[in-house]
Amino acid sequence: MNILGLYNYWIVVVLMLIGFYIVIAHENLIKKLVGLSIFQTSVFFFYISMGKITGATAPILDEKYELYSNPLPHVLILTAIVVGIATTALGLALVVRIQEAYGSIEERDIQEQDAHDQLECQLEAYGPSSMEISDEQEQDE
Amino acid sequence: MSDLFAVVMLSGIYSLISASLFLDLDAVDVAFTEASVGAGISTLLMLASLKLVSRYQKKTRYKPILAFFVVVTTGAMLIYGTLDMPHFGTADAPVHTHVAPRYLNESMGEIGVPNVVTSVLASYRGYDTLGETLVIFTAGIGVMALLMVSKQTKQESKKLIPADMQQQIILRIVAKMMIPLILMFALYVQFHGDYGPGGGFQAGVIFAAGIILYTMLFGLSTSQEVFKATTIELFTAAGVLLYGGVGVVCMLLGGNFLDYDFLKHDPVHGQHLGILLVELGVGITVASVMMIIFFKFTWRTVKHKYKK
Repeated sequence: MNILGLYNYWIVVVLMLIGFYIVIAHENLIKKLVGLSIFQTSVFFFYISMGKITGATAPILDEKYELYSNPLPHVLILTAIVVGIATTALGLALVVRIQEAYGSIEERDIQEQDAHDQLECQLEAYGPSSMEISDEQEQDE
Repeated sequence: MSDLFAVVMLSGIYSLISASLFLDLDAVDVAFTEASVGAGISTLLMLASLKLVSRYQKKTRYKPILAFFVVVTTGAMLIYGTLDMPHFGTADAPVHTHVAPRYLNESMGEIGVPNVVTSVLASYRGYDTLGETLVIFTAGIGVMALLMVSKQTKQESKKLIPADMQQQIILRIVAKMMIPLILMFALYVQFHGDYGPGGGFQAGVIFAAGIILYTMLFGLSTSQEVFKATTIELFTAAGVLLYGGVGVVCMLLGGNFLDYDFLKHDPVHGQHLGILLVELGVGITVASVMMIIFFKFTWRTVKHKYKK
C-alpha cells in the first residue's frame, strides 16, 4: 500500500477547504450558511469513510454475510445530519431577522450601518463636542 | 455566482450526490437521512428564506487573496496530518478494534434487532440520542422565538390565504395522490427501522415533508385546519417527554436510566419495546420541529405580503 490509500482523507480536506473558503471570503449570509453546510458534509464523509471496510456490507445483520462496516460512525453522523438541519434552520431564521432589521444580508452593509449607529449614539450621549473625534473616525473609514 | 437561487439548487444537488456516496460507503441509514434532510428539507428552508431576502447577491469588493492563503495553509497542515492515518478500507484500523466488534457480535443476542445502527442509536448510545433530540427541540424553540407571529397576522390569516401554487393543477392532483403514500412510507420507515434502514429521524423528516408539500400546494390556512400551530408546538415537547419518560420508567422498574431490559420480564422483549417507544419519541419531535420551522418561515412571508 502506498500513500494513495489515503485519498479519502484528501477528498474530505478539499471539501472542508471549499466550505471554509466560502465562509470566510463571501459576504452574503445565505452563501455563508451554504458554505457551512459543505464544511459539515466534509466531516460526515470523514467519519463514514473511516467506518468503511473493503468488501464489507451495510451493518444490518444477516446470516449470509460475515463482514460488516463499522456501525458506530453511522449512528453519530445520522443524528448529526438532523441536528445540522435544525441549526441551519436557526441560522436561516437569524438571517431573516437580520434582513428585516438592516434591509440587507451583505456583511459590509450591516457593518456600515452598525458603525453609523454607533456614531449617532456617541453624538447623542456626549453632544456636539465629541464631533471632532467622530469626524476623525469617519475619515478613517 | 450572484444568483442565490442557483446556489441553493446546486447545494441540493450536492446533497443528493453525497447521499449516493454514503450509500456506496455502506452507510444506508446515513444516506437515507442525507437524501431526505439535505436534499429535501434543507433546500426547501433555504428557498423559503430566499423568498424573504433578496435573490441576487450584491457586487462585493472582498479581497480573496488573504482568505485563499489561510485556506491553503490550513489545507497543507491537514494533508500533512492525514499521512499518519490508517488507509481507506483497511479492516484492522483502530476505529474497528474497540467497541464496534462488540456491537456487531453481541447485539443480536442482547437486543435482538438486525439493524445494528438502530440498536446502537436507541439502546447502547441512548443517552447521545436523547441529547440530540433535545438539541433539535431547542433549535425548534429558537426558530419559534426568532420568527414569532403576532396576533394581528394570525387574525389576518383567518381570511383564506391562497397558496402561491394554487394555479398548478397538475402539481395539485399529483400531490394529492402522492401525499398519502408519503405519509404511509414515513410510518413504514418509522416502525420498520429495527429490521431495515430507517428509524425515527428519517421517518420524522419524511412525514414532515408530506405535510409541507400539502401546505405549499393548498395554502397555509387549509393545512392549519388539521395541523394547528399550537398543537404541533405541544407535540415537539411530547416527543422528548416520551423519550425521557421511557428512561424514567426504566428507573422506576429498578434499572438504570434508559435500561430497557427492565421494561418487560424478558430483556430482549424489553429492548424491543424500549427501542420502539424511543424511536417514536424521536420521530414525533423531529416531524413536529420540521413542520413548525417551515410554518414559521411561511408566516413571515404572509406577514410581509399582507403588511400594506
